[in-house]
Amino acid sequence: MSESAPSEINVTINGAQVEAQPGEMLIAAADRAGVHIPRFCYHERMSPVGMCRMCLVDVDTGRGPMLQPSCMVPVSDGMSVDTESEDTKRAQEGILEFLLVNHPLDCPVCDKGGECPLQDQTMAYGPGESRFIEEKRHYEKPIPISDLVHLDRERCILCDRCTRFADEVAGDPLISFTERGNATQVLTFPDEPFSSYFSGNTVQICPVGALTAAPYRFKARPWDLEQVESTCTTCSMGCRVAVESSRNELVRYLGVDVESVNHGWLCDKGRFNFESINSDHRLTTPLTRDKDDQRQLLGSDWGSALAVAAEAIQQAGPERVGLIGGSRLTNEDAYAWSKFAKSVLGTDNVDAQLGDGLPAEIVLALPLATIAEACNADTVLVVGPDIKEELAILHLRLRGAATKGQTKVVEIGPTATGIEPYAQRSIRCAPGETTKALSELLASDDPLAVQLKEGSLVVVIGRASLAESEEPTLSLTAAIRAELPHATFLPALRRGNVRGALDMGLAPGILPGRTRLEQPTPVLLDTWNTVPTTKGLDTTEMLHAAASGELDTLILIGADPLSDFPDRNLAAEAIQKVKTLIAVDTFVTDSVAQADVVLPATAFGEQGGTTTNIEGRISRLTQKITSPGSARDDWMIATELAWRLGGELALGSKEEIWREIERVAPSHSGVTVERVESSEAHEGILVQRSSIELDLPAPGTPPVADGYGLRLVSGRKLWDAATATTYSPSLQPLAEAPALRVHPNDLQRLGISSGTDVRVISTRATEIITAIADENIERGTAMLPFNQPGGGANRFIDADAMVNDIRIETL
Amino acid sequence: MKFFTEENAELAQEIIGRYPKPRSAMIPLLHLAQEQEGWVTDEAMTEIAELVGTTSAEVLGTCSFYEMFKRKPVGKYVINICTTMSCALMGAGDLMKHAESRLGVKSGGSTPDGLFTLEGAECQAACTEAPCLQVNYRHQYRVTPDQFDQLVEDLASSDSDIPEHGVLSQIRQHIPADKFVGSTPPEDVVSAPVWLSEAGGQ
Repeated sequence: MSESAPSEINVTINGAQVEAQPGEMLIAAADRAGVHIPRFCYHERMSPVGMCRMCLVDVDTGRGPMLQPSCMVPVSDGMSVDTESEDTKRAQEGILEFLLVNHPLDCPVCDKGGECPLQDQTMAYGPGESRFIEEKRHYEKPIPISDLVHLDRERCILCDRCTRFADEVAGDPLISFTERGNATQVLTFPDEPFSSYFSGNTVQICPVGALTAAPYRFKARPWDLEQVESTCTTCSMGCRVAVESSRNELVRYLGVDVESVNHGWLCDKGRFNFESINSDHRLTTPLTRDKDDQRQLLGSDWGSALAVAAEAIQQAGPERVGLIGGSRLTNEDAYAWSKFAKSVLGTDNVDAQLGDGLPAEIVLALPLATIAEACNADTVLVVGPDIKEELAILHLRLRGAATKGQTKVVEIGPTATGIEPYAQRSIRCAPGETTKALSELLASDDPLAVQLKEGSLVVVIGRASLAESEEPTLSLTAAIRAELPHATFLPALRRGNVRGALDMGLAPGILPGRTRLEQPTPVLLDTWNTVPTTKGLDTTEMLHAAASGELDTLILIGADPLSDFPDRNLAAEAIQKVKTLIAVDTFVTDSVAQADVVLPATAFGEQGGTTTNIEGRISRLTQKITSPGSARDDWMIATELAWRLGGELALGSKEEIWREIERVAPSHSGVTVERVESSEAHEGILVQRSSIELDLPAPGTPPVADGYGLRLVSGRKLWDAATATTYSPSLQPLAEAPALRVHPNDLQRLGISSGTDVRVISTRATEIITAIADENIERGTAMLPFNQPGGGANRFIDADAMVNDIRIETL
Repeated sequence: MKFFTEENAELAQEIIGRYPKPRSAMIPLLHLAQEQEGWVTDEAMTEIAELVGTTSAEVLGTCSFYEMFKRKPVGKYVINICTTMSCALMGAGDLMKHAESRLGVKSGGSTPDGLFTLEGAECQAACTEAPCLQVNYRHQYRVTPDQFDQLVEDLASSDSDIPEHGVLSQIRQHIPADKFVGSTPPEDVVSAPVWLSEAGGQ
């Protein structure tokens, strides 16, 4: 007799005993036992539907063997299963013959050929020949169902994977089965494309070649592809991804199923922006300013470009130099720049964030939650940017958890967000007044207050609007710490490895390993020899200092303050005033175009190393292709520059850098190269230690809005004017021109009809923008996306103001 | 532009109110849309999607599943000739041919005057009355070609109580008295039906 607890169930599969959980489907138990049952419709991350009948197996529960679909049959104790019986084989042959009745045999010209479950399973389980001699059904092929996805209805076997994904997982049921019987087909509504942020996943899970992605169509054959597992650094979620290349060119990314992060899903931005890495616009050679014509950047060589850069840095001296950026790099590259600035240059004017995040000492000190903890907490409080736009896969995870009833999402913010339809409560407040809204809620006898106070709570915290300073968010954090001390946090920060950059000390007042500048560990001091004694400037302060002539040299490390810093005017003034602007980047961005020295860096897929996501999870990046021209890894550039300045970083490879990080960074102690390179890194290695004590400033109150203005709210969109989107030909058209969204009553009051161009005026700028009436916008506010092709909110924002107001006028 | 008339929009809200979840009202609202326009327009589906809180694609999926929701304009009278077994044996094929030449359209087509749409249909559950057809889902039994011509004439001259396609309240099974076969009252039943006693194993 079995000794197992009653909660466990024993099943016999092909004669072997298998332990299973109550409620588990037979196919899942078989998978765990290493018995493969063929399937098309079943997907472990979606609910079973039993559409395709391919997983029929002989199941005996005491009444004799019977064919049952193993994806729909929960295990029961004493169940005996034969997946290789004669009946099972006959069923499999029959189902495949049936599925191939209408499926065209165009495998030689089909993108899926070579990696197609239908092709593979027909070879493995099919009857070998068909008795069907009639005409197959015919449709126009392929039809685009969105800008990114094409549908070939002839190839479709109606497994319901894409439609289930769109409905269950993405929450965008824009594709559906239409018609019925033999005419059943997947379609969108006429003129309403499948424009989901997650549409690419349907291509990945399609078991035939019915759905294909525009960026990959006819680019390669699966047997020509080389694949490595890596981590997406488009945003700070750190989704695991399989990077595939053909002839030294990236051609496709696939989501890798990792329990702790992305469950196999990717957003379309992360999935398709590999196009930008192959772009002809990539920087391939160093550039320097033409001495005769200051308007021109000329191609140069590394020796002379580095010499110009080193000279400018030398002349400025440690007090008058600053480094902005580094949040798009690997941990190792970030560490190299950190060591370069703080040990060789001796400056603490370093900031990886572009005035759109939270102070490093707060981020590193907050008690961290994991994504899984957020999905299982009693309540997730979202007070930050629209995560559907900025951390799309976190949105997917929270949406999934909320719809399954695992957690309840509550949000407080100035505007409607993508998570709102799934939230238990969405509390709207005036920009800058989230603290007031939360305090009022907690002081009330609302049952939600009890839920927040007594249940487990994870707070997704970030800057809700880029038109607010960081102050409202900080005061909110202080309020949460005071009134909800059991809360743990997921910081919603911007750019791929921002967390890792802060961990590596790319922030004023911070040293590698989440320690404060004034408390360097002996081993760090021993390795670095010296560290700055006083806290330096953050990005906003550096730009102010540069604008007022107090900084001579600015180094941009993959940073574009003109596009990404909230206050474009301040950034422009700083860039104009500074004597020498050095840019290390992959593209000529707005800011790079103003630089005096441009150093080309390697991009994603061209470098190995590690990255750290918002929950502090370290995972590996893997090099797949070589970089274009003479582009170099950032750590090499830092090392070269240090050498020219008479310093020595003593770093010889990424592996060597990681060994040094593990040695000098207290938080990362024990996370050895061996662990990082082991299979443990597939899920990522969680690092949550910190030696920084939380010290929050006292909350301030926002000024009262005047009666004529609208308070500006701004956030980023998934499809914006970001470099990776702009230089990806398939994605670039998805980014829309900026439009100012205002409540219809406010527009009416001003006598403006929706869709007309208006003059938008702030203390910073006057520009003409189209105004759109939108009932989801709170009265008295106006929503303008941050960075769209042709403009955005950063023209209007004053970085020093706690909140920003605009006025609109008719032309 | 709203699709539903003010009156129907009000009715739509009332229908939605009958269900615990608005989405459950999708099919009744599709009926309402068909009643208003005679067929279900794309605008109607989009508006229903908004009303019940889903996407137009889902409404299309549901709507297109059901034969009786028409997504193309149809005539004032939709004539469905049954083509299934019993009717086929009793001359449905000839009746269809006759209907096609009488109306001048192929099965599935509509007459240019917008009066008639001719369709072949599956079993209409009146096999004893074969060949049968339906006009806007109202049965006509044992239809001969002459009777078909008469029927078309009556319909064309509005000499008929059949409401136009889509009208909900009037969709009832209507059996004229002279065509009614009748049933056996329970008290007149003396023994089990023959087929049942045979199945009993004698």
